[in-house]
Amino acid sequence: MLSAPLVVLLQPRGLAWAGATAAGLVSFAIAVALAMAVLGGETQTYAMGGWPAPYGIALAVDDFSALVLLLVTGAGAAALLAARPSVDKQIEEERQPLFYAAWLLGLAGLAGIVVSADAFNIFVFMEISSLASYILIAGGPDRRALPAVFKYLIMGTIGATFYLIGVGLVYMMTGTLNLADMQARIGDVVDLNPILVAAGFITIGLALKAAVFPLHVWLPNAYTHAPHMVTVFLAACATKVALYVLIRFDSMVFQDKLSDHVIQFAMFAMPLAVLGILVASAVAMFEGNLKRLLGTSSVAQIGYILLGASFVSQAGITAGAMHMFNHALAKGGLFLAVACLAYHYRDLRLSQLGGAAARMPWTCAALVLCGLSLIGVPGTAGFISKWLLITAALDAGPWGWTLVIVILVSSLMAVVYVWRIVETLYFQAPATEETGIVEAPLQLLLMTWLVALLNIAFGLAPAIPLTLAEGSAAALLGGMP
Amino acid sequence: MNAETAILVAIVLPLAGALAIALAGRIGPNLRETMTLVTSAALIWVVWGMLPTLMADGRPAVTVGEVMPGLSIAFRVEPLGMLFAALASGLWLINSVYSIGYMRGNGEKHQTRFYVCFALALAATMGVAFAGNLFTLFLFYEALTLSTYPLVSHKGDAATVRSARVYLGILLSTSIGLFLPAIIWVYTAAGTGDFVLGGILEGKVAEPEVGLLLGLFVFGIAKAAVMPVHRWLPAAMVAPTPVSALLHAVAVVKAGVFTITKVIVYIFGVEFLFASPSSAWLMYPAAFTIIVASLVALRQTNIKRLLAYSTIAQLSYVVMAAAILKPHAEVGAAIHMVAHAFGKITLFFAAGAIYVASKKTEIYQLRGIGRRMPWTMAAFSIGALSMIGVPPTGGFVSKWYILAGAFEAENLVALFTIIASTVLNAAYFLPILYMAWFEREEADAKPHGEAPFAAVLALCVTALLTLGFFLFNGPVIELESQVVRGLT
Amino acid sequence: MKLLDLLGYYNYWVFAVVLMVGLYAVISKNNLIKKLIGLSIFQSAVFLLYITMDKVEGGTAPIIQAGVENQIFSNPLPQVLILTAIVVGVSTLALGLAIVVRIREAYGTIEEHEILGAD
Repeated sequence: MLSAPLVVLLQPRGLAWAGATAAGLVSFAIAVALAMAVLGGETQTYAMGGWPAPYGIALAVDDFSALVLLLVTGAGAAALLAARPSVDKQIEEERQPLFYAAWLLGLAGLAGIVVSADAFNIFVFMEISSLASYILIAGGPDRRALPAVFKYLIMGTIGATFYLIGVGLVYMMTGTLNLADMQARIGDVVDLNPILVAAGFITIGLALKAAVFPLHVWLPNAYTHAPHMVTVFLAACATKVALYVLIRFDSMVFQDKLSDHVIQFAMFAMPLAVLGILVASAVAMFEGNLKRLLGTSSVAQIGYILLGASFVSQAGITAGAMHMFNHALAKGGLFLAVACLAYHYRDLRLSQLGGAAARMPWTCAALVLCGLSLIGVPGTAGFISKWLLITAALDAGPWGWTLVIVILVSSLMAVVYVWRIVETLYFQAPATEETGIVEAPLQLLLMTWLVALLNIAFGLAPAIPLTLAEGSAAALLGGMP
Repeated sequence: MNAETAILVAIVLPLAGALAIALAGRIGPNLRETMTLVTSAALIWVVWGMLPTLMADGRPAVTVGEVMPGLSIAFRVEPLGMLFAALASGLWLINSVYSIGYMRGNGEKHQTRFYVCFALALAATMGVAFAGNLFTLFLFYEALTLSTYPLVSHKGDAATVRSARVYLGILLSTSIGLFLPAIIWVYTAAGTGDFVLGGILEGKVAEPEVGLLLGLFVFGIAKAAVMPVHRWLPAAMVAPTPVSALLHAVAVVKAGVFTITKVIVYIFGVEFLFASPSSAWLMYPAAFTIIVASLVALRQTNIKRLLAYSTIAQLSYVVMAAAILKPHAEVGAAIHMVAHAFGKITLFFAAGAIYVASKKTEIYQLRGIGRRMPWTMAAFSIGALSMIGVPPTGGFVSKWYILAGAFEAENLVALFTIIASTVLNAAYFLPILYMAWFEREEADAKPHGEAPFAAVLALCVTALLTLGFFLFNGPVIELESQVVRGLT
Repeated sequence: MKLLDLLGYYNYWVFAVVLMVGLYAVISKNNLIKKLIGLSIFQSAVFLLYITMDKVEGGTAPIIQAGVENQIFSNPLPQVLILTAIVVGVSTLALGLAIVVRIREAYGTIEEHEILGAD
């Protein structure tokens, strides 16, 4: 069990799809095993190279990382399982092994961030995963992906460098890179100004990576023009992982050591979250391209997660962590369905997709299911996190009611943009008289439905992620006075 | 089968029925429609089988599972829900017979989808009726909205889709925007959402906020169509008539007023509300809706839209009766659900039968139609008289009880509203009856006869039920009196 | 704070200036290659920060020599870290350049506004 995280790190060796998928599945299985162990109450640690924690590079898995790890490896494995038909269509054969290798690198990087207990290690893994995702996004046949990925590269690198500056400053003051150690030692630091600056750098840098509004401009384009399966994978987990680090840093390392950090963080994150939710939802309501619409909605959903975290309360962080998980389910499913559609439709503007439901009934039904989860209709996973979020907002004092209204208004906006899609698919007359459009390949369709049904399953029985989310909130707030 | 199992069976049965109908639809229409009839008959057997238990003061309950701590999916049968479920399941069978006549007579497309969604809607209705706490109720409430959307948009042309968008938009946005926060508020304040006789909120919610919370509920439950959240109901009239008949005169709208009544009786508690001055306002929007909707109905020229506005007014009768907060009035609210259901479904059946036989949809086209379609128009007349509240129809019984409650509470607003709306009802129904029976048909009219036999049979049955309810309402009143026995 | 103290932090001043120069280039330049150069400068500033902080006064390279006691070392850890960061930076730069090459192949230009105009 102790060596489990190591295996996660060591696997980017597979070359073709089968190897990659097998690796993805194994890592998912390991993540499940880890999650079970963590549910049993143990924090799993592993010291790389045999050096004990404060000196060597340590890996640690607690509730929060187990939850996110499940998410990352689950999304990776599911997307890989479904990827074959879509990738065959979009990527030339001789470049496929490279593509899958990059994919696994990305997966390993993301998993590495999550299990890592070392601030600098997180940076390295972050760059590994980012580099891999640049390659993945640029790998498709769409030339517009290239400027999009260039923008992503610039902004991603700036974000990572900001993070690096922040970590450097913290290291200067504490002399350690281990997160737990940092938390312990930061209290002894006399001059808190550098730490404050570091907190600023780290927060901004990670917010850039996580596409927190208004630092999200790279995201919609990158998601829109990436190969479809890559969008599935990245939308489900890439930004979540950056948020994970952000939440971890801000609530574990900094919170009670800096005077008023809680308030500062809340005052910083909450308005951004609210603005992000409202503005991005409004933009999504008028967006014409299906993929970009969903990408923009992701920005709004990231706002929800941040909003949950910005309450800095047990209920709030639980809600945020739950929404990470549930949104990944919903958005992953939606993008999978989009990949199914894209198998036959070259142009993914809504105006071109009219009447698709008659030709691809199963795909569209799955899309509707996941869309309902995105709205937060009861019985779906999305409802659970909305419920938690509203409960947390009600507890949050005088501002609570305003936030409840924000959440509800944006839910209504979600109804609008999801229903635009549904109406197009089901009721609009087909824009083209193309014949021969039939259901997507079985492999793709099966995975889409699996994810769609998981949305229902976790909507009715959310015990596992909920326990983990509650555990993470408790752990993150453990240092609170 | 004991009552606990029966609850689950009542919900699973229509679901299984939907699956069977979908499969049978691939084989042939006859098998598909047999499946529909078999399922609805079986549902009646299951649901009505619970009646003796309820009559003997039994309250079967079953908990399916806990979603989150304190948040469970649970069912509990009590008289209000029992009445609603019995009503919906009984009328489903009649409606299925009618649907077959209507859908075949019109040669509609996508009939399999139609029957499947119908069965799903019924499953959701059963869930609403038997829900044991607010969360479960909300779950099925939304399921009901979503499962009826394909039925409303059945025709699929641009105008229908626009109306269906209004339908879904209003129902979903009010339920998420108002109903959901109200539910969460209740859970946060009381720590539970279980339906308990006498309410769970006493002492948990402070005085002026009670009125606000009540407002969230009343307008959040847009299915009850209290103005200004009533617009979805006329919009929903684009659906095929069997949908309007069963869902938008019985299942969906009754789910709305049923939920409001249930919230008043089991969440707030009648006495608690009566003691809270800030909740007294509920009477006024309901009264306003009754009067205004009746006035709007006067101006309608389309038969189904007239019936829709009449429904809006009648629903607010139930809300107003519940808001009188007196035992007689609560019984009246429950009885009015039944009486109105019988009367209005008859009216819709008749409107649909007229459409199938002659393609007529406007009121002015009805001149002299009584001679061509005597059975249909006779049933229509009975339904209309019941709406007005003339004896010997079911509508008289419920109006009697509501009036008795209003006198008991010395509530002049309610009294005046009931009297005024009776006049208005007469004003818009009687001219139609006169036109149909006593005026002459235009000279160049196309000859036509009665609607298909299945449709006529169904509407005659419901017309008889409307009459019968005047005489044989004992069991219903006895059942519902159980609710208020604990109150006095 | 005396002027001398301010000057004593000159490494940090250089860090800040270089950082801003790089960031300015990234934001203001239209040519993609120049943007990448700016990004590189930006990253180099951070390398400078790390190297600065590991310097211990009078310290020498952290190599244990036989027979020398009480040797003062520079802190080796930031050096190791920054070695990694340099590698990361180089690979980012390489990937960025590769993308620029592909952009040039696809669009025939590396000026940002022309690319935006092309789609």
